Amino acid sequence: MLGTIEELQERFRNRELTSKGLTEAFLRRIDEVDDSVGAFITVSKDEALEASDTADNRMNGDGEITSLTGIPVSVKDIFCTKGTPTTCGSRILEGFVPPYDATVVRKLKEAGAVIIGKNNMDEFAMGSSTENSAYKKTKNPWDLTRVPGGSSGGSAASVAAGECIASIGTDTGGSIRQPAACCGVVGLKPTYGRVSRYGMIAFASSLDQAGPITRNVRDAAELLGVIAGFDPRESTSIDLPVPDYTAGLGGGVKGLRVGIPGEYFIDGIDGEVSTAVQNAINFFKDQGAEIVDISLPHTEYAVSVYYIVATAEASSNLARYDGVRYGQRVDDGDGLLEMYKKTRDRGFGAEVKRRIMLGTYALSSGYYDAYYKKASQVRALIKRDFDLAFKECDIMLTPTAPTAAFKIGEKTSDPLTMYLSDIFTISSSLAGIPAISLPCGFTTEGLPIGLQIIGNTLDEATVLRAAHAYETGTEWHQKRAKL
Amino acid sequence: MNYEPVIGLEVHVQLKTESKLFCGCSTKYGAGPNSQVCPVCLGMPGVLPVLNRRAVEYAVMMGLATGSRINHESVFARKNYFYPDLPKGYQISQYEEPLVEDGHMDIEVDAATKRIGITRIHMEEDAGKLNHGATAEEAGSSFVDLNRTCVPLIEIVSEPDIRTPDEASAYLKAIHDIVVYLGISDGNMDEGSFRCDANVSVRPVGQEEFGTRTEMKNINSFKFVKDAISYEIDRQIEAIEDGEKIVQETRLWDSQRGVTVSMRSKEEAHDYRYFPEPDLMPLVVTEEMISDLKDSLPELPAAKKVRFIEEYNLPPYDAGVLTSERPLADYYEETVKLAGDAKVASNWIMGELLRLLNEENRSIEDCPVGPEALTELIGMIKKGAISNKVGKDVFEEMYKSKKSAEAVVKEKGLTQISDTGELSGAIDKVLSANPDEVERFRGGETKLMGFFVGQTMKATRGQGNPGLINKLLKEKLGG
Amino acid sequence: MAITSKDVRHVAALARLSPTDEDVELYTGQLQRILAHVEKISELDTEGVEPITTTAPVSGRMREDVVIKGLMNEDALKNSPLSARDSFKVPKIIE
Repeated sequence: MLGTIEELQERFRNRELTSKGLTEAFLRRIDEVDDSVGAFITVSKDEALEASDTADNRMNGDGEITSLTGIPVSVKDIFCTKGTPTTCGSRILEGFVPPYDATVVRKLKEAGAVIIGKNNMDEFAMGSSTENSAYKKTKNPWDLTRVPGGSSGGSAASVAAGECIASIGTDTGGSIRQPAACCGVVGLKPTYGRVSRYGMIAFASSLDQAGPITRNVRDAAELLGVIAGFDPRESTSIDLPVPDYTAGLGGGVKGLRVGIPGEYFIDGIDGEVSTAVQNAINFFKDQGAEIVDISLPHTEYAVSVYYIVATAEASSNLARYDGVRYGQRVDDGDGLLEMYKKTRDRGFGAEVKRRIMLGTYALSSGYYDAYYKKASQVRALIKRDFDLAFKECDIMLTPTAPTAAFKIGEKTSDPLTMYLSDIFTISSSLAGIPAISLPCGFTTEGLPIGLQIIGNTLDEATVLRAAHAYETGTEWHQKRAKL
Repeated sequence: MNYEPVIGLEVHVQLKTESKLFCGCSTKYGAGPNSQVCPVCLGMPGVLPVLNRRAVEYAVMMGLATGSRINHESVFARKNYFYPDLPKGYQISQYEEPLVEDGHMDIEVDAATKRIGITRIHMEEDAGKLNHGATAEEAGSSFVDLNRTCVPLIEIVSEPDIRTPDEASAYLKAIHDIVVYLGISDGNMDEGSFRCDANVSVRPVGQEEFGTRTEMKNINSFKFVKDAISYEIDRQIEAIEDGEKIVQETRLWDSQRGVTVSMRSKEEAHDYRYFPEPDLMPLVVTEEMISDLKDSLPELPAAKKVRFIEEYNLPPYDAGVLTSERPLADYYEETVKLAGDAKVASNWIMGELLRLLNEENRSIEDCPVGPEALTELIGMIKKGAISNKVGKDVFEEMYKSKKSAEAVVKEKGLTQISDTGELSGAIDKVLSANPDEVERFRGGETKLMGFFVGQTMKATRGQGNPGLINKLLKEKLGG
Repeated sequence: MAITSKDVRHVAALARLSPTDEDVELYTGQLQRILAHVEKISELDTEGVEPITTTAPVSGRMREDVVIKGLMNEDALKNSPLSARDSFKVPKIIE
């Protein structure tokens, strides 16, 4: 029913459609399906309608029009929104209303996008199934008994369920790509530093990166163009001009050197996933790409490094939730120390507490060298693997996740098994390089399978071009979940 | 047995920047609670730090002023602990790789110069303030004010080179003088912009290894530093003599009772879990930035003192006093430039001016008599319009009323009498009132000259020109 | 060096969490499994490898020392669970 953002803009221009009409349609859709999908924590109906009015006025000659003007999008509830509650999926932030917008949100608003609501997520982005939200469980629109992936599960599900055109998620170890794969949509994690982290609630500061989740590759390119760019409020923000990511999309893959890292094709992969990815590789070959076998020898250490580095940073990032300045406080009148402990014990869920303890342990006296420091050294080796491999290839193809979406509750009792859902996405997060997931097939049960394309630092354009070539030559992205 | 104290100081200096270390909030002291805060310094979710360039420059200047090595790359680290005055649950500081290392500070104690090593100078953010409930209703509560949070600090850590309380005090004073000289801090101890912790241990004379040390927190005056360290040295020696073991602990100086008190019972085991701050890239200081700052560095007290001795021919003590504060030295040099007499200017400033300022505990910057006004006064004395003695009264009046020397002299009718006729008359009266003394003088008791001069001055209410009086007296008595 | 329940209690105290005895048992087991996996990195020789703690292709950025108006007092306190005297109110720190 809906095409690309570009096509919607065409319909706006032709007066076949207004932003208000489109926004109302999505609000109705949310009313119809979100009780069963659970993709939203907050639906900003009034603000969205107002923003759509403004967008329509803009399009009627009242101001500058961008590619996103009038387009209804959602954002993960990890982004601070001025005047709108922001929970990060946690009880401890219940009632928190930020007095500022995240830079990503500000850029969306300035571009004239209509922010329709805020998506459910694993608490503090810690999880791969969105089961760790303190508020609700999001269901996979393709099969409501399954998880949508995580932690940006609400974002991916909202796009897959047709509740908005696109969403902005965040990715620390795969949290955009893995849910995109699970929900049969496109998810792009840009180069670390490309999109501002200001106002995006921190999980692991050296890894967190925002990016678009969309129905197609062109939309991802449009959104990235809007949200990327230098932010003086962030010291790790890249100060380089943002290219027009849509410009080179049609360039094809002829002559492109496509690396296949042997370490990603291991025993644990589901057979159907393996076949689908192999077919994708063949597609690239058929289109004239050069397939190169490459090696990323430290891949097997990535999950270990990630669960030390990310939890260490998280243990510190989450220290600010103490019940003093915002959010929930539990005070039974037994002093400050008890107030801290009770506030945090009741405010955080089990997974968050587990990771805080793991990270605290990894940084604590006597263990720092063996864990945090060692992990940071191995991280350097992982990064070096990519640097060397990108001398031989321009992009890499891998599965996004070892399996399609799993059943709700299937992995909740065993954290380690859950952590292994991210084995194919974590390395590129540790190296800070861009990667996209896009649909490359379905299992016999009708569940989407994701193909991951990894690119070199700041080379989002090539990643998007390759993804677009694949998308154009296949029809997976046109299938819609039936709800 | 004889014991030798081993002392090291950690000095925290608030830098005098306009805005905070990692956000744009004002650093002004004395504003209403939580009125100089923003999402960044409140530690709200998702916010990020961006480093203040001027704070870095100030820290580098302190490094240069102490002959230290400036590291071209240094690393910010998070120091993790929970306290309500620390909004993020961590303090951004520097740990393994500080900005400045390996410097020194020369101090003077008992006319001897001693070099105290500086281990490191690192940058960090200040914490907020807790106010405690004053009324019965509020007794169970504390009130958190985060205005001070994120104000830039440098921490200057000395080597354990200090051996006496006097040296500690001299070192602290020297650090204080330099930061104020450099203009990087207001050095105000009452407002907490200059704070000191001391590490103290004792060991038998001749022993190589250090004894167990205790740390005293927040001894924030030059006197308290001396008193607290003296007390702690005695306490430790006494404890060792009594066969006790010194416990490594934090102690608090109770200035009311003049003792240090253990804080051990309230301390839990600290584990700050330092790690590199992922929200800030390593701090890069280029050679160009360092050399620019080197060029902009003002003349420091030690160098200035040497120059004052040579250029103005001042005794070392006077040069030391005049260079102890940069505004005072500037005042002096301005006066010398205007009045053209280094010795006279020094006499006035060291004498009347500092006496009056000290009486009121006023700083030279608030002095109501500026260099121009003082020069005018000096000029009037030189011309003979008033005597030096009258000049002192005039100065005091200028200081009180902020009037010019000429106005004061005119108003009070203090112009020096240089009229021969008028003075002759006065002298004649003095001589005829004291016939005995005149007789004795003529009999050879020439030291009575002073008596006659004094009497004449008295008769002219101090306004007589002393030179002229002398001359006339000699004529009249010698005749 | 398997993590013990004593370690878990210590770490929880540092992180201002207060797990029940059952929680401690549960976490100890889970963390043991995770750490056993994670300790794989110890088999690598990393002698001389410079650790990286960020990947941003950016070098030391600074801002100019300019005051920017922050929040009004009431906006600063608006989200606070408890405030009074223009301040965040907390249980008294026992000294």
